[in-house]
Amino acid sequence: MLEVQNINVFYGNIQAIRDISFSVEDGEIVTLIGANGAGKSTILKSISGLLRSKTGDITFDGKSIKGTAPHKIVAQGLAHVPEGRRVFLQMTVEENLDMGAFTAPRATFEDSIANVYERFPRLKERRRQIAGTLSGGEQQMLAMGRGLMSQPKLMMLDEPSMGLAPILVEQIFDIIQELNRAGTTILLVEQNAQMALSIANRGYVLETGQIVFHAPSSELLTNDAVQKAYLGG
Amino acid sequence: MKQAYKKIPMPVRYAINTLLFAAFLIIGVSLIQSGAISKYFTKVLMLIGINIILAVSLNIATGYLGQLPLGHAGFMAVGAYTAAIFMTRSGLDPSVSFPIGLVLGALSAGIFGILIGIPALRLKGDYLAIITLGFGEIIRVVLLNIDSVLGFKLTYGAASLKSIPKETTFLNTFLCVGIACLLIHTMMKSRHGRAVLSIRENEIAAESCGINITYYKVLGFTASAVFAGLAGALYAGYLGILNPSSFGFMKSIEILVMVVLGGMGSMVGSVLSATVLTAIPELLRAFSEYRMIVYSLLLITVMIFKPSGLMGQYDFSLSRILEKVFNRKPTRDTTNHKAGDKNG
Repeated sequence: MLEVQNINVFYGNIQAIRDISFSVEDGEIVTLIGANGAGKSTILKSISGLLRSKTGDITFDGKSIKGTAPHKIVAQGLAHVPEGRRVFLQMTVEENLDMGAFTAPRATFEDSIANVYERFPRLKERRRQIAGTLSGGEQQMLAMGRGLMSQPKLMMLDEPSMGLAPILVEQIFDIIQELNRAGTTILLVEQNAQMALSIANRGYVLETGQIVFHAPSSELLTNDAVQKAYLGG
Repeated sequence: MKQAYKKIPMPVRYAINTLLFAAFLIIGVSLIQSGAISKYFTKVLMLIGINIILAVSLNIATGYLGQLPLGHAGFMAVGAYTAAIFMTRSGLDPSVSFPIGLVLGALSAGIFGILIGIPALRLKGDYLAIITLGFGEIIRVVLLNIDSVLGFKLTYGAASLKSIPKETTFLNTFLCVGIACLLIHTMMKSRHGRAVLSIRENEIAAESCGINITYYKVLGFTASAVFAGLAGALYAGYLGILNPSSFGFMKSIEILVMVVLGGMGSMVGSVLSATVLTAIPELLRAFSEYRMIVYSLLLITVMIFKPSGLMGQYDFSLSRILEKVFNRKPTRDTTNHKAGDKNG
């Protein structure tokens, strides 16, 4: 579904991503794990068009999306839930969701919003509330709900567990699995490697802009080197 | 059991507002005609109207789009000069050429808005402020020198463009104010308006929602320029004489002060502060040399005690208040019902 080939991304003169290639197949949950500054978020940003790669190619659903403007990529069915939630703080929950459906045809709006409310009953309760007054976990749900409103085939989640209480992290990961079962392919970026690997099919381990390991998550969970470096021994 | 919150349907809302606005215009016009409002005071009212349009138009770019352009006077100048040149050259009767001039002024300012917006909006924050300031100055300097460079007799540069028909009246100024406010209000309530707001809220999130941010930034900026051009055209017909020096950097700052004082993102705030800041220097004429001190003290006081501006981001809605009044009684009844439900 998503094929990334040899991309190199720079911030000014500093190279953040070195020659990275990976792929996500239809219906999978794939996770990218790695320490701070390994380039996880940068990869997502370059896929969704917020950053440009100087080389290589990115294909989504058989079409090259490298160099395509971000708003066109969203319209093709690739949603990016950015790091740190980034909800529209001064809009209501429902207005936030409406913005998520910006590229989707108007006719599907009722269905999508019903779907989001079904998955996140909390958002339905608070639909007239200003997003800035929601708790961190609710904001994360809203960010994910907003991503879902564009009816994506592939959803990229950037650190959905960031700054959340363990019980909420579990809830969020349950929802990610539900979404996946309902047919959405997931590309998950996480620092919480244990959690991410426990729900993913495959994992890529990143270190300073390069992929150092690639294996099914069950293998990564038992791999000694990964254990030491990311899972706390 | 929940009592539905009664809402006033949209057409009724518009009807109420239109009626009130029409009443305001009729009262104003009849007071002027009967001589109850002096000629001088009428002039001040017209200037207030023009400044209101300038403030609400800049509010689109600063308040709703969240950018900080400092070249608003440039767009006003484009509108003013376009309208003035058309009115003096077309040979049409002023009563015909004035409305056409208003439209032309607004459109030409809009074209400049697109031309300047596309390169300028790639920048953010102070960089955008500096580049728009530069563009504003370019417009002023071009207007000042274009005649001698090209050998035209078009803007008359520093010698001023004179004998523009003085067609601006209380009625047409405030009609324009009404139209501008209505258009901006409906635009901001629409989906496109929400896209503009989302850019202010969070650019990255807006982009990952699939909003074409370049397009919406230029759209907001251009809308802002269009209404500035309209205000400029009214200004040309108000003064009857145009000189590029009235569209300098200080004019842009003056408009920005109105927006910031009123509260960025609040249309009522812009209207209110444009009114107050235009009226105060006039009302304080008796204290001539102290009036600028009062003006600056007022600004400092507001910024200390209410840094978000007089109105913050609050927007006044008469209908919302009416709805609250209508809903007050039924809610009291339902509290009893609710209590009953709980017991049962």
